[in-house]
Amino acid sequence: MSALIRLDQTGHTVLAQWSPEDSAAVQDARGALRAELDRGYFAVASESDGTATQVRELPLDAEFVILRRPIAGG
Amino acid sequence: MSADASLVAGHDGPALTGELPELANVYWRRRVDARELRRADRLWTLSTVAHELPFMATAVVLPLLNPVTIPVAAMALAHAWFIPELYAARGAGVMRAPRRARGAAAPPAGAETRALGLLGDLVGHDARELLSRTGFVLERGSLGAWLIGPAGALLVRPGGRRVQCHCVHATGDELPPADRIAHLLLALRADESGFATVANMTFSGAFWRVRRRLPAPAREGLLAARAAAEA
Repeated sequence: MSALIRLDQTGHTVLAQWSPEDSAAVQDARGALRAELDRGYFAVASESDGTATQVRELPLDAEFVILRRPIAGG
Repeated sequence: MSADASLVAGHDGPALTGELPELANVYWRRRVDARELRRADRLWTLSTVAHELPFMATAVVLPLLNPVTIPVAAMALAHAWFIPELYAARGAGVMRAPRRARGAAAPPAGAETRALGLLGDLVGHDARELLSRTGFVLERGSLGAWLIGPAGALLVRPGGRRVQCHCVHATGDELPPADRIAHLLLALRADESGFATVANMTFSGAFWRVRRRLPAPAREGLLAARAAAEA
């Protein structure tokens, strides 16, 4: 089961969960991802081996897709 | 503590990939790579020497001209010592907990625990132990070993003798500290070079100079980072 997670004030919020064969859950997750990207979040697909990739579409096989805010030097 | 390269999260993972969207906000900067960082290291060294030389020269020449100026020479020596110390202190400041902006809402109760739980899931077992002891995450990249805190990161350069201090943070004032670290860790993993480009380097200098300016937990983390950078 993959999860779409938003890093936020509460620590984190699980917005959606899906498995590739569950098309309804995938559609929900895609919609949630799109909505958060429109709000200015960035999405990162994070894998258990410690790798991460910036994404704009939902990678169905990712373990976690984590929504983060922009970072800035300062 | 027993500093150990295996403390590094994702130690044996593949190369970091992807590109940070935040690079668009710093379009005027040259994208950082190992060569660029070495250049920055050399510039910091040159700058330090340029600051110190006049004071050192004063400390040597004045007593030769007139021994009565020895107290002035001692003051010049003190200046030569303290100037790089002040820079190092400023650099080490990136490991301090960020202050919440005036009027910003505090995270709700339990938020830090939830954030720590997710951050623990993102790192390996050994890195998780270091996180629980120190509050910092260690991540090895191609540019060196990174020690990540809520408001910045220290980069121990390969070989472990030099440290760069990078000021970088997640936007938004009300995030719990572990969440801030998770933001930086994910950005670093997605694009290490982009991360170093977006961050502001506040100091580059000797390991010992930065270490003595850090609070105890960060010192422990820095030792682990040096072990990783030496490996």
